[in-house]
Amino acid sequence: MDLYDIIFYLFALLTLVSAYFVVTNKNIVHSAFFLLFTLFGIAGLYVLLGADFLAVVQIMVYVGGILILLLFGVMITNKITNVSIKTGTIHIIPAAIVIGLFAGALASIMVKTQWQTESAKIPFTTSYALGKSLITEYVLIFEILGILLLIALIGAASIARREEKE
Amino acid sequence: MYEIINDFIQIEIVSMFISAALPLFVFILPFALFAVLAERKVSAFMQDRIGPNRVGYHGILQTVADILKLIQKEDIVAEKNDKVLFNIAPYLVFAGSFAAFAAIPFSSKYIGSHTEVGIFYIIAISSLVVAGILMGGWASNNKYSLLGAMRSAAQIISYEIPTALVVLAMIMFTGTMSLDAMSQQQTAYFWNWNILGGHETGILKIVLTPFMISGFLILFTSTLAEVNRVPFDIPEAESELVSGFHTEYTGMKFAMFFLSEYANMFAVGAIVTAVFLGGYQSPFGYIGNSIGVTWLVPIEQFFWFTAKGLFMVFVQMWLRWTLPRLRVDQLMTICWKYLIPYSFLNLIVIGIITLL
Repeated sequence: MDLYDIIFYLFALLTLVSAYFVVTNKNIVHSAFFLLFTLFGIAGLYVLLGADFLAVVQIMVYVGGILILLLFGVMITNKITNVSIKTGTIHIIPAAIVIGLFAGALASIMVKTQWQTESAKIPFTTSYALGKSLITEYVLIFEILGILLLIALIGAASIARREEKE
Repeated sequence: MYEIINDFIQIEIVSMFISAALPLFVFILPFALFAVLAERKVSAFMQDRIGPNRVGYHGILQTVADILKLIQKEDIVAEKNDKVLFNIAPYLVFAGSFAAFAAIPFSSKYIGSHTEVGIFYIIAISSLVVAGILMGGWASNNKYSLLGAMRSAAQIISYEIPTALVVLAMIMFTGTMSLDAMSQQQTAYFWNWNILGGHETGILKIVLTPFMISGFLILFTSTLAEVNRVPFDIPEAESELVSGFHTEYTGMKFAMFFLSEYANMFAVGAIVTAVFLGGYQSPFGYIGNSIGVTWLVPIEQFFWFTAKGLFMVFVQMWLRWTLPRLRVDQLMTICWKYLIPYSFLNLIVIGIITLL
């Protein structure tokens, strides 16, 4: 086994184990901190794929943004932190059907796709090509996403600042 | 650096790891030893006191004595603390500030990792520090710690925006995210530094310089706020919150927070230096080049980089012992009403000038 393989399995293990604890943990703050390791493990996998820019974006957006805001929300809302969450199983049949469909779809994608199996040359940097395709080929999607985020921001601000009616 | 280590070890990934981890031993630990003492001496000087002068010649061994004391201290973990998170938090904070050093170019021959996403990586990885602070504050199970952690997180995520905007403008201007390449571009003389308009010439340089200087000030202010130093130290405001998120920590765990704070101080200096103050470039050209000794150049570069970085650290200490602490609302006002609009203006102007 190559050293890179070992590192890959370490990151994969980190991701999977912490993801498992995110779901099963009874304490919501602990779950949030386990999510930190999950997201970090995924960033590690991106690095191993040679996607340096994507890995940094993963850390920046998910760890630096979303996770911190999540922790913030969890901690500032008292009474959430001390409530133990129920993690029992309910609605087993619908859940099994949905998971079965989803897993089947994923598996069929994995099997059916023509993967490039030759060892691709890892580009020295991915940011140039990414930036180029974002503002040429995918510029419409990029702009629409920007507007969507702006709408979300304005919506959040207007909900937060709504005046109490007498 | 990576190439030299790789010649010895021959295993790509191990030598990458060593080269990225090396700044800890060659730089952060000696720097922290020096900076803690320097802080106390500078504060003493500013307040017309003598400062530590009992241990060693004029107190130069004071920090060593402090460390020996901290090692001996009992490691107190209170009964109601969240044991696991409480123990992980200091290391997470330190890992965040230590990982940032991997992309800092100390000289043209020594940079931890030749990653292309340098500055972006530094901004991203320092979010581990926020996670660690929140973790420590929450796990302490103490209202002052939690309040401190909350303030810290709110402050850091707010001030990340002006930082990112200024850095974005500079990425557009230099066309690279690598701090090494940014430093290389600002070559030779100080009028080529980015703060004085980089390599633009003529009228463009004169137009650009005020925007560069304001960009420099915004970047310095907001990174200073991100590392929770005075005047932005409301997360650990002694007069209100005992000492904020690390109230409950003792012994070596407290030392980890302390070490991380000093590492962060230099990281701020290093980022500002590499982006605006010419990185490792000398302001007047190199002695090594003029007398024809080429191996001297990287050493000179190391000297200039650390000199500029340490000067910025000195400025931080200077500010700490000069300015009073901001209130929370003032802090948010500065960020959202002043720094962010100005950095947007900066972004637009620098973008247009870059296109011209």
